Amino acid sequence: MMAIKKDGMARPEYDLRLYVAGQTPRSVQAFANLTKICEEHLAGRYRIEVIDLLVHPQLAKGDQILAIPTLVRTLPEPIRKIIGDLSNKERVLVGLDVRSTE
Amino acid sequence: MKLKRISSQSMERTLPKCPTGIAGFDEITLGGLPRGRPSLICGGAGCGKTLFGIEFLARGAQDFGEPGVCISFEETSDDLAQNAISLGFDLKALERANRLFIDYIHIDKSEIAETGEYDLEGLFIRIGSAIDSIGAKRVLLDTPEALFGGLNDEGVLRSELRRLFRWLKDKGVTAVITGEKGEGTLTRHGIEEYVSDCVVLLDHRLQSGVVTRRMRVLKYRGSMHGTNEYPFLIGQKGISVLPVTSLGLNHKISDERISSGIPGLDEMLEGQGYYRGSSILVSGTAGTGKSSMSAHLVNAACARGEACLYFSFEESPDQILRNMRSIGIDLARWIKKGLLHIHSTRPTAYGLELHLVEMHNLLEQHKPKVVVVDPLSSLMSGAGENPGDLTNMVLRVIDRLKQLGTTAFFTSLTSGGHAAEATELNISSLVDTWLLLRDLESDGERNRVLYVLKSRGMAHSNQLREFLMTKNGVELREAYLGPAGLLTGSARVAQEARERDNELMLKRESEDRRLALNRKLRAAEAQILALEAEREAAQLELKTAAIENENRRTSALTQRADMARSRKVNSSPKAPRPQIPEAGV
Repeated sequence: MMAIKKDGMARPEYDLRLYVAGQTPRSVQAFANLTKICEEHLAGRYRIEVIDLLVHPQLAKGDQILAIPTLVRTLPEPIRKIIGDLSNKERVLVGLDVRSTE
Repeated sequence: MKLKRISSQSMERTLPKCPTGIAGFDEITLGGLPRGRPSLICGGAGCGKTLFGIEFLARGAQDFGEPGVCISFEETSDDLAQNAISLGFDLKALERANRLFIDYIHIDKSEIAETGEYDLEGLFIRIGSAIDSIGAKRVLLDTPEALFGGLNDEGVLRSELRRLFRWLKDKGVTAVITGEKGEGTLTRHGIEEYVSDCVVLLDHRLQSGVVTRRMRVLKYRGSMHGTNEYPFLIGQKGISVLPVTSLGLNHKISDERISSGIPGLDEMLEGQGYYRGSSILVSGTAGTGKSSMSAHLVNAACARGEACLYFSFEESPDQILRNMRSIGIDLARWIKKGLLHIHSTRPTAYGLELHLVEMHNLLEQHKPKVVVVDPLSSLMSGAGENPGDLTNMVLRVIDRLKQLGTTAFFTSLTSGGHAAEATELNISSLVDTWLLLRDLESDGERNRVLYVLKSRGMAHSNQLREFLMTKNGVELREAYLGPAGLLTGSARVAQEARERDNELMLKRESEDRRLALNRKLRAAEAQILALEAEREAAQLELKTAAIENENRRTSALTQRADMARSRKVNSSPKAPRPQIPEAGV
C-alpha cells in the first residue's frame, strides 16, 4: 500500500482513497491530477490513500469498486465516488463537493 | 453403433460440456453448457434467469464438485440465499463450506461522478479474486447490464463487457451471464448474445389464461442441440425442463403379460392380456365404459400387489369409488392398503406443463406399476389452440412410463358422429394396444361392442365382442354374426332363444326316434321269444313220440313172447293176434 499522507496525521477534513490497479498510465495520471487539485484547493486539509487492487484485491469489495481508477471520499460524509483519470478539474471539485476557495 | 460412438467421442473432444444438473436441460443440450465458455441466459422479467443461474451454481457445488462464484448486480446475497431456499438450495451452507462465493456489486449512480477515462479493472479484480479464493469453476454474472444503469460511458462499458467475456474464457470458467430481453434484441444492449457461445432464451407467456414457461436454445457454437421450444417449470426442486425424458427410443421392453382384469378381453389378447410396460389406449364415445375398463385393470393390478396411480380429470376419487362399486369393483380397499392413489384435478387447473410435471412428481413418489389417465382427451382444453402440444405431452408421458417399465392405460373420449378410428389427439400411433368401444344402434337400442384395433406384438382376436356391464363388472360376450349382420343386445338374446328352441326341438325329435326304434326292437325280440317257445314245444313232442313208439314195439314183443309161453307150443300156423289192441289204429 503506498499511502501518501500530507499535512497532519490527525483527522484531515478530506479523507480520500484512490483505487488503482498497478502503475498504469491512467492511474499515474489520476494520482497526479488529484494531488494537483488538492494542493490547489485543499492544502493542508486532506489525506490521500492509494490502494493498489492488484496487491489487495479483497479491498475492492468494501468500497464497491468496479471502475479503475476510482477516487472515494470517505470524509466528510457522505461517501462520494469519482471515477476516471480526474482530468476535468471542475468536475472533480464538484464531485468532492469542494467549494472553490473564495 | 460403432460409428455413433466414434462421432460422439470426437464431439466430446472438440467441445467439452459442463452439466448443469438442471433436470432436462442437459438432455436438450446433449450434455450441458459449453465448458470453459460464457453462456447467456436471457428473457423478460420474471422468467427465471437468476434461478437458472443459481441452480447451475448450486448443483455444480453440490453434485459436481465444482465451486462457483455468483456476482450479483441486482440482489444482495441474503436475498439470493432466501430465494434459493424455496428451490431447496442452502446457499449459506455452501458458502460456509467454501463451495460458493456470492458477491453483491452495488452501483449507485447518485454517489458516482465521472471524470475522464476509466475501465472496469476493479470488477475484473473482484471477480478474479473471488474465483481464486475458492478455486471456482463456475461463475454466474447476474445481469451485468445493470452496469449501464450505474455508469454513463456506454462505449467503455461495451468494450469492457466484451473484454470481460474474453477474460472469463481465458480464466477457463464456465460462465452463465443473465440478460434482460430488449426490444427486438435478446439483450438490452446487444452485446452478450454475440460474445456468448451458447444462448438460451427463457420466456413465459399467457395461453388461454394459463401461464406456461418455455425455453429455447438459440445458439450453441460447435454443438448440436434441441432446437425446439421446451416447456419448463420452476418447482420445489428447482427448474425442470421437459422432456425430462431422453430424446431416444431405447427403453427396455418386457415379455411379461398382465391381465386386463376382464377375462373375455384377456382371451382376445392371446388369452394373456397386455404386455407389461406397454401403453394402451381405449377410445370410445361417452358412456361406453372406458373408466370401467380402467377400474378393472387397476383392480387386477392391485390384487397382484402392484402399486397403481389413477389420474382422473373428470371425476373426484369418491365418485370413482362409488361408480365402480356399482359394477362390483371395490377400489377403496386398495386405497386403504396404500396400493392405489387417485389423483383428481381439473384439466384447466393449470397448464399442460404443470400437469406433466405433476405426473412426473407423482410417478417419482409412488413408483406405480400401472398408470391410468382418464380421460386423456379432456386435457385438450389445457392445450388451448395448440393441439400439437398435447400430442407432445402425451409422447413425453408415454416415453417416461416406458422408461420406467410402467403399464400405461389412457382413455380417450371420441365425440359421436366422427369416424371412430380417428382420435383427436393423433396419439393412436404412439400406443401399443388400441381398444375401441363402440355403440351399435339397432332394433331401437344401443349396445356396446369392443374390438381390438391393434395390439403390437401379439396375435389378437379380430372379433367384435359385446360388452356388458353387470353387477360383477364388465363381461364380454361373443357377438352373434347372423345373416342380417352383427347381433347385439336383445336381438342377440332373441337369437340365443331361437337357437335354444331349435336345439330343444332337435333333441325332442331324436328322443322320439330313439323310443320308436326301441319299441320296434322290443317287438322283434318278443317275436323271437314266441317262435323259440314253439320250436321247443315241437321238439319236445317229437321226442315223446319217438319214446312212445319204442315202448309200443318192445311191449308187443314181450306180449308175443308171453303168449307163446302160455300156449306152450311152438308157434302154431295160425298165430294168434295180440290181445292188446293197438290204440288208435
